Amino acid sequence: MDDVVLKKNRRKFQPSQLVLHVILLLWASTTIYPLVWVFNNSFKDKDIILVDSFSLINSSTSTLANYVTAFTKMNIGRSYANSLIISGSVVVLVMFFGGLAAYIIARYDFFGKKVIHASLIAALLFPAFATIVPVFMILMRLDLVNKHIGVIIPQTAGNLAFAIIILVGFMSSIPIELEESAVVEGCSPWQIFSRIVVPVSKPSFSTVAIFTFLWSYNDLFLQMVILRKRETFPISALLNEISSQYGGTDFGLMAAAVTLVIIPVLIVYLLMQQNIIKGLTAGAVKG
Amino acid sequence: MMYKDKKIVWIFLAPTLILVVGFLYYPFVLSIYNSFFNVKDLGGISKTYIGLGNYREMFRDRAIWTSLKNTLILTVAAVVFQAGLGLVLALLVDSVRRGQQFYRTVFFFPIVISATAIGLMFNLMYSYDYGMFNQLLMKMGKDKVLWLDEAKAMLMVSVPVIWQYVGFYFVIILTGITGIPKEIYESAAIDGVTGFKQVFYITIPLLSGVIKSCMILAITGALKVFDLPWVIANKGAPSGKTYLLGTYQYNVVFNAARPGYGSAIAVLIVLLGVIISVAVNTLLTTEDDDGY
Repeated sequence: MDDVVLKKNRRKFQPSQLVLHVILLLWASTTIYPLVWVFNNSFKDKDIILVDSFSLINSSTSTLANYVTAFTKMNIGRSYANSLIISGSVVVLVMFFGGLAAYIIARYDFFGKKVIHASLIAALLFPAFATIVPVFMILMRLDLVNKHIGVIIPQTAGNLAFAIIILVGFMSSIPIELEESAVVEGCSPWQIFSRIVVPVSKPSFSTVAIFTFLWSYNDLFLQMVILRKRETFPISALLNEISSQYGGTDFGLMAAAVTLVIIPVLIVYLLMQQNIIKGLTAGAVKG
Repeated sequence: MMYKDKKIVWIFLAPTLILVVGFLYYPFVLSIYNSFFNVKDLGGISKTYIGLGNYREMFRDRAIWTSLKNTLILTVAAVVFQAGLGLVLALLVDSVRRGQQFYRTVFFFPIVISATAIGLMFNLMYSYDYGMFNQLLMKMGKDKVLWLDEAKAMLMVSVPVIWQYVGFYFVIILTGITGIPKEIYESAAIDGVTGFKQVFYITIPLLSGVIKSCMILAITGALKVFDLPWVIANKGAPSGKTYLLGTYQYNVVFNAARPGYGSAIAVLIVLLGVIISVAVNTLLTTEDDDGY
């Protein structure tokens, strides 16, 4: 009886596999094609884009002029450096501070622990709008506006909640025996943390690092508010600037700029996608 | 087991606590406080107490109503289309035998790209003169369309906002589906529950917790949207029709230089988020649920 059901099921399945793939490929094309289109156009002269943005480039029509403009006139290289300084520092600080805090929450029992853990998670709920005005005032008083550190500090604070959720989840699942024997041998908490807990928790640290990097690199709001001088602009802020200056006129430059912003992220994604997707679902499903 | 030596607790916690309190909790409380003042400069030096004045002004401010309406529509659309399409795509991908990994990679990847870049990309598509869409129309011998006119602009801004995050919910739901034990389907098949029936009687009910999480994430996400609308339709263009609460708040604070009123709008955004999330949570909680 169940054999019959399964067979019927399987037979019905065959043609529908094709239909399923057609539907799924349609959605896939909405995520792939626009990017291919932009990438393709970034190698065209802006006058050619205006006439025909769909034709594929060939050796006679392709040009690197847009990229040359992006690096010379827009100084996109400097913005890359700014992004790297800011997002790199944020990643390191979030991993370090978040790691220390997560270790304490996962392993120690102390007065107020539940409240502290809950309020660290709840910090995830504050949108940047709700804190931006006072944050800006604080940074102004500390004379940190228009400086990289002025973006690094609030971004670190904003990413700690996510880091702690992921890291506490992972660290509590590590068997305690390893650490117990280290305690017996007289290791200090710092030694246990740095030599045992951190190495074992590497996968969760890499999830935290990737997401913190992406969020920091892509976060236009804080960049726009804190950094108002061109020479301090990270990539997203520069892109926003290019858009408002050349938006209607130079399609080639825009396409090249978009490509340049996307490429580092695309590389990180393709190399680390397993970690990204796994880490994300771990965090989100746990809520 | 827990460690005995407690000295280290506060040393290790200190940097995190200082940052989170100093740059999230304290500013948030200060925002609430500022919302009762008329603040005239971003340094917050000259301010006068006006009680509920900022909140009263909201009722008269037409732009607030536009942005509130837009935000609520976007929120509903986000729940329906982001969580909904994510669910449909996840169910489809779960039933294909090949290429699951490919679809995961491709569907998810718009999320890692900055909204600024995606906004620019859509600008290139929407552009009146020579954008992708109008070039297509012209190829088909049709007239060009002004994609970002007053009637369509909000829709055109919402499409990329929603499109970008469909893959996010797709991956979360697909992970949930993969976690459902195969035995359940096998025994259901023995009872004659097959194909589509399995989806409605087994998969979706078992996923209710995950779907609820996705809905709440979609709601809080939609309330926070800023970058994409800002890049595609700067300052609510055309004529304030595409303001969302987030973009309007930025405009009030930094372009109109009215941090007090902006703080009141920020409080409104947070309140909305809490109210809608709690409402969804309560409405969707069934008795055997252990909650979100």
